[in-house]
Parts: sequence; C-alpha cells; structure tokens
Amino acid sequence: MSEKFTPQTPKETCEIISDALAAETPIEIFGSGSRRLIGRPLETEYALSTSALKGVNLYEPDELVLRAGSGTPMSQLRMQLDQHGQMLAFEPPDYGPLVGTPADSGSLGGVIAGNLAGPRRIKAGAARDHFLGVDAVSGRGELFKSGGRVVKNVTGYDLCKLMAGSWGTLGVMTDITVKVLPAPEKTRTVLAACVDATTAVSAMTAALSSPHEVSAAAWVPQNIALRSAVSYVSGAGTALVALRVEGIGTSVDARCASLRDELSAFGDVDELHSHNSEAFWEEIRDVRFFADDGGGSSLWRISVPPADAPNLLDGLHKDIDLEAFLDWGGGLIWVRVAQMQDAGSYVIHRTMGGTSGHATLIRGNVYQRTREPVFHPEPVPVARLTRKIKEAFDPKGILNPGRMYEGV
Amino acid sequence: MHMPDPDKTVLSRRTEIIAALRRIVPGEGVIAEEEELRAYECDGLTAYRQLPMIVVLPETTAQVSEILKYCHGEGIKIVPRGAGTSLSGGALPLEDGITLGLGKFNRILDIDYDNRCVTAQPGVTNLAITTAVAGDGFYYAPDPSSQIACSIGGNVAENSGGVHCLKYGLTANNLLGVEMVLMDGEVVRLGGKYLDSGGYDLMGIVTGSEGLLGVITEVTVRILRSPSTARALLIGFPSSESAGDCVAAIIGAGIIPGGMEMMDKPAIHAAEAFVNAGYPMDAEALLIVELDGPEVEVDELIQRVDMIARENTAQSVRISSSEDERNNFWAGRKAAFPAVGRISPDYYCMDGTIPRHRLSDVLTRMTELSEQYGLRVANVFHAGDGNLHPLILYDANTPGELDKAEEFGAEILKLCVEVGGVLTGEHGVGVEKRDLMGEMFTETDLKQQQRVKCAFDPTQQLNPGKVFPTLHRCAELGRVHIHEGQTRFPDIPRF
Repeated sequence: MSEKFTPQTPKETCEIISDALAAETPIEIFGSGSRRLIGRPLETEYALSTSALKGVNLYEPDELVLRAGSGTPMSQLRMQLDQHGQMLAFEPPDYGPLVGTPADSGSLGGVIAGNLAGPRRIKAGAARDHFLGVDAVSGRGELFKSGGRVVKNVTGYDLCKLMAGSWGTLGVMTDITVKVLPAPEKTRTVLAACVDATTAVSAMTAALSSPHEVSAAAWVPQNIALRSAVSYVSGAGTALVALRVEGIGTSVDARCASLRDELSAFGDVDELHSHNSEAFWEEIRDVRFFADDGGGSSLWRISVPPADAPNLLDGLHKDIDLEAFLDWGGGLIWVRVAQMQDAGSYVIHRTMGGTSGHATLIRGNVYQRTREPVFHPEPVPVARLTRKIKEAFDPKGILNPGRMYEGV
Repeated sequence: MHMPDPDKTVLSRRTEIIAALRRIVPGEGVIAEEEELRAYECDGLTAYRQLPMIVVLPETTAQVSEILKYCHGEGIKIVPRGAGTSLSGGALPLEDGITLGLGKFNRILDIDYDNRCVTAQPGVTNLAITTAVAGDGFYYAPDPSSQIACSIGGNVAENSGGVHCLKYGLTANNLLGVEMVLMDGEVVRLGGKYLDSGGYDLMGIVTGSEGLLGVITEVTVRILRSPSTARALLIGFPSSESAGDCVAAIIGAGIIPGGMEMMDKPAIHAAEAFVNAGYPMDAEALLIVELDGPEVEVDELIQRVDMIARENTAQSVRISSSEDERNNFWAGRKAAFPAVGRISPDYYCMDGTIPRHRLSDVLTRMTELSEQYGLRVANVFHAGDGNLHPLILYDANTPGELDKAEEFGAEILKLCVEVGGVLTGEHGVGVEKRDLMGEMFTETDLKQQQRVKCAFDPTQQLNPGKVFPTLHRCAELGRVHIHEGQTRFPDIPRF
C-alpha cells in the first residue's frame, strides 16, 4: 500500500511535488480514483490525490464559464449546473463501473485528464474543446497556468490541450476552468431497425449529413440492445440505429418527423421521448452494456474514421470472440473481447493497420495492461515528440511514470 | 521592436544559401531580388517591416523537408508564411532569415462526405474550402473576416476564429489532422479523419502556435451541413450597458446564437456612411443577432430574442425577412474596418477578450484613455464570446502619432487582462503583443510554454522573436532546480 498525500491547497501540492522531485521519487497522481485502473499499472511508493482541491470557485452562468478545484466531484458539479439549466456539453462519461469502482464517483480533474467525452462528442467536441484554463504543478515542482476564463483566447501556447488526455503524466492540475452551455429544453431519439453495421453507418452518415442537427448517433446489435433498461430498445427484437435530436420543443418535433421519414428507407422506425431518451444515452455514454466483465473480458475504445468502422468490425469478428457497438456515427467502436491472454490486442492492432485511428484498452487485467499497448502505439517521430513533451514538463519522470507509454 | 540580432555569418553566406535553395526548389521558387522581396516585407500588421534575406516558395512536402533540414544544419532561421494576413506580425521577416511561403500549396486534396471532412494543402484559402463543398450543402464553420484571403494553414497556426465561433468553435475545434515538418526536416502526421488523439494532443498544441513549432503542409478539417435557415435581428440600444445586458439575457435564456456582434456609436456611424445598411444613427450601441438552424427553431428563437431585446430597453428592432435583408444587416459590420479606414488616414486594430459583464467598465475606461491620448476609437465586439476589437484612429504622417496609438493599444490590452480577460482573442501574439505577455503570464508560465517550443525546435530556428518576450536557451530552460532541505520522501530507494 502506498502512502497517500491529500494536499489542501495548490501551494501544498507544489511543495509535495518539489519534495518528490528532490528525492527523485515517482508518485502516482489521481483524483477520486475512479479511473485509477485505466492505463499501464503504476508501482509507486507514494500517491497524491487531488480530492481535497475541491469546490466551485467561480460560476457565471451568463458568461458560460465555471472554475473549480480539480478534485471537485462531478456529481456536485452536475447539481450546480442543473440548477441553472446548464451542462458540460461534451457529456462526460463515467467509466468507473467498467473497472470496478463505484458509479458517479469521478472528479472534474479525472474527466479532463482523460479527455473523455460522451455521445455528443460529434456535435459539441471532447473535454479538450471545453477546457479554457488550468493551474497545474509540473514535475519540476512549479505552479504554472495556461489559458484563461474566456472562450476566445489565443494568447500563448494552449497548454490545456496537452494537459487534457495526459492522464496525470505532465502535471497535477489544481484548478480547472471550463466552458458550460445551456442544457437542451427537449430531447428525443429516433430509432430505426438496422441489422448490420454497414447499413447502420450509411443511415447514421445520412442523418449526420442532414440539416437536422443530430447530436448523437449510435448503433447497437440485437444481443446488446437486449440488455438495455429502456424497454423500447430491449424489446425491439432487432439491432437499432439511434439518433438523438435536442433543442427547443417545436424544433425537436419537426426534426424528428423529418428524420423518421428519411430513415424509413432503412427499416422500421420508433421514437424515444425525454426520460427514455436520456436513459438510453447514459447507457451508451457509460458503456453500461459492457459493465459486467463476464469473468475476465477486456474492453477497447477504438476511434476511427466513421466510414471505416464496418470493415474493421468485420475483420475483428473473423478473428476474435467479441461483442461491439458503435457510437459517434461509427467513429467510436466499443469492443468487448471475451477472455484472451492478450486482450485481443494483436488482432486489433493488426486489423487497424490498414486504417487510421487509435485503440485504448479501457479494461484489462494487470498482465494485459503491462504487456499490451494500453494507449495506441505512436509512429517513431510522434513518439519522439511525446517523450520530449514529457521531459519538458516532468524531466525526472516522477508523475505517473509509464502510465501511458513505457518510459513516459 | 527588438528582434533577435542578425547572424552576420549567415548574412555573409547569402549567395551560397541562395544556390543551395535553388538546388532544392528549381525555377522561380527562390526569390532573391530586392524589388521582389519587397512584397514579403510585412504581413497584415503593416507598421512593422523588414526585408527577408531570401524567400522560398516550395511546392511539395519533400521540398519543405529538404529546406528545413538544410537550414537546420546551417543554423539559418525560418519564418513560415501563409497568405500574409496576420494582424499581429506573425509572418514578419527576419533580416537573416528565410521566409518560407506556402502559397504554392494551393490544392484541395480530398473531399470526403462519408467522413464529413476535407483535406487541403495549407495555402488553400479558408473560403475556398466552403466553396468547394457548398454545392453539396456543406461548409467549413470558422470564418475569420479575412476568409477570402487567409489560408487554412495560417488558420491552424493562429487558431483563427470568426463571427460564428461561440456556437461552432475556433479552428482548434474543427481541425482533425495535420501533416507538418519539424525544423530538422522530419515529417510528422498528427490526427486524421478520426476524433481525438490516442496519446498527447500534439495537434492541439500546434494549433495556435504561430509558426514556432513546425511548418504545416497539409490540413484535414471537419465540414458541417449548412443550416437550413439563418435570420438576423438588428437591434439599437440607448447605451452599451443595455446592449450588454441584452446579450447576457439572451445567453441566460439558453440561446446560443450563430453570431452576435456589437458596434458602438463611432463604428455604427462609420459603417453607415460607407454602406448605407440602414443602421439606427441615434443608437449608442447596435447588436446584430443571427439565429441559424432548422426553420421552425429559427422562427421561434427570433421571437424570443425580440422579446428579450425589448425587455432590455431596445430602441429599435428590425428582423430580417429575406436573405438580402440579412446580408444587408451584416454588410455594415463586415465593412466596419474599411469604413473606419475612410474616416481616418490610419487605424490600429486591437484584439482583446474580456468577460462580457465588464464591457461597460472597459468602454468607459477606453473613452477616458481616448481623451487622454487625443485619439478617437471605434469598437466592434464579438459580443457572444467577449472578443473586443477597438479600432484606434490615427495619422501615421503626424510625427509621433503611431507611437501614441501603440501606447494607447497597449493600455487597452492591459485593461483587458486587468478585468479578467486576455491579450488576444484571435489575432495572435506575434511581435505585436510579445512584450505584453508578462501582463498575463509569470516568468514560470512563459518558461513552461518555451519548454514546449524546445521539444519541437530545440535550436529555436523557427520564427524566433515572436510570441515570447525573452529568449532563453533550451539547455537553460531544461535545467532542474531542486530545493535543499527536508523532504517528505526520506530514505527511499531512488531510481
């Protein structure tokens, strides 16, 4: 068991990291710990949690801006945003239950550090696109800031982009400023029967190329749809394409009507209204269909050009025992691989060889997370830049060393 | 403006360097005659001029790579240049530097509707991307005012915005992939036709890095289906305060307009005199609010905004009922800069961002400064996102007036930072705001940014003298300072 520090202030955070630097001692950085089991395993004697750096210290709904300590629980943040009818538009997902930690226990810092985003990614962007400013302590033990509290800012390098998705390997974020947006007044989902991925991606492409402002597009095969808590989905008796439409009431009604017309060419059509629609997209966002690890299954999150998804899926099905569904109009493939020693890594990377994109092992046992590339291997020149960036922030390699790549 | 001292050895080798470049780029791609170099002596920030040592206009990524590799080996500085429309001097040449123009990279390489993206060479103009897909009902969302001329590669370098970025984002939010060449000639591809990065978001850091990290040779951007309708309201207010309140109320009501632009009285009058858009001449502030999207939605939101405007003491509200009328509303705003150019021999365009609710404080203070400096100022404002463009009116032929205008401008930008805003919303730091960076960042902040620069360009040959007020050697920046004394980590094995 490692010794854990829980600094109460950015200054204290700075002191702890300075000490770790002086001792050249690696230290695990985490928030609430809900994503601690994602990434390559760490073997550090010490750990630092940002959980005490919490609280919203600026929220101006009219200015669409919120600043909070990085350890602020997402549940608290959501409550405050709800009161003003606002949201984090990138739909932060909760992968906690996928890796065996309690649901809804994540922190803002964790969401940003993983650059996570839910189904609305295709319309609203990922965490990185809403991340306006940061205060962080580098592996040099220095408190630095980047960005600001305004949406439009090109002053200096946008270090927020590097912090998002760096999984605590570049700095300990202490304060985070994000853009918030009004929550939609109404949400509906149009469902269409679509038996195979190829037809499904065609249907989603048509919908996403329409002027109906579809804010989410997913496809679930029949065996997965059966697990949905939404009876319209589980009882449909078929694989389904789901398209979400959000906005003001009259507009949602009109767009849903148009989408139903246009989709009827693909198969039978149905509609989910507010509560059911929300419940279904939470299932997609949090990958609940694959929450049960079924005795050692592993889980991959694969981002690809949407049009490449059907072929890639076909290729994978040929060689591995897996289940999969599509989000982001085909651009995101969630793959659950039944018990395999290498988590299906070899086949996944070989099959992806012909396309561009990246695969991340979200759930795997310690052996798999040590031996297999958890984050997608980078071409040599890019990997070289990655190393140099790591050195620029953390020259002694003390922050979450090796969590993303060996030696980084 | 102090630029890095020219390297006399490099200058003395000019002839030899020209010959070497001609071996890489044959024909007319190497420019060495003074009268031809003149065309490259400045960008959109015309107050600063410097003749480049040589200009080279490569046509392929391989040539760019060869040029950079050669210059890397020979210790020659490079200034990348797109269309040269930068308003912050990002493409200002160096006396001992080679200006590397990407103007010949002017082809659209791939239009991919299935993946909803376009791949283009960096010299393609912003507008040309939209034009290429408009016939099929698509467009590229970021639309800087210079979109007819500015290049997509330059947009990446500057993270350009435009009037629609509150709803649709800046370049960074619409960019999927780039190919770029590093200073040592290495070609790297970041991103692609898929979303997000598998590792560090290197493409994200390159966006807005002002040509200091690499030379962009290919760009892939997301395209969107054009909204089926767009309508606009033209609203006059008795004060900029009530206009500001109206903006806050619109957003508070959960409405994110496609565009929301404000102009103050001097800007209204200049624009009206220029294009006769029918702007209300008695208004102290004018707001253009554009709603876009499905027709039923736009119709309803127009009504809501109309009501909010009246609740916020609007003097006049006009709602566009045709495309012609909508375009007419915009005509004055879009012509605001040249319109101001007509009422003054010269003007200096500033670009700060402020938290919106501080607008009337900032405008009041600006009026005081205007009196203090004896220079008029007109304001146009991307009201939705707080990006303010004060236009300072001056006459370059009056001795000392340019200096005064620059001082006034610096005061405005300091004011923006003081109220919680930033030095630049979309024009970039370049040389123009370089020496003001300390207003916003500490030495520690700036050094951390420069370490990123060192990761990409350790010899600091790419566009030196821009963005950072003080140049530090990468070796010095890399040094680790370790404090002495007690530590919380006693007696453990080090690795």
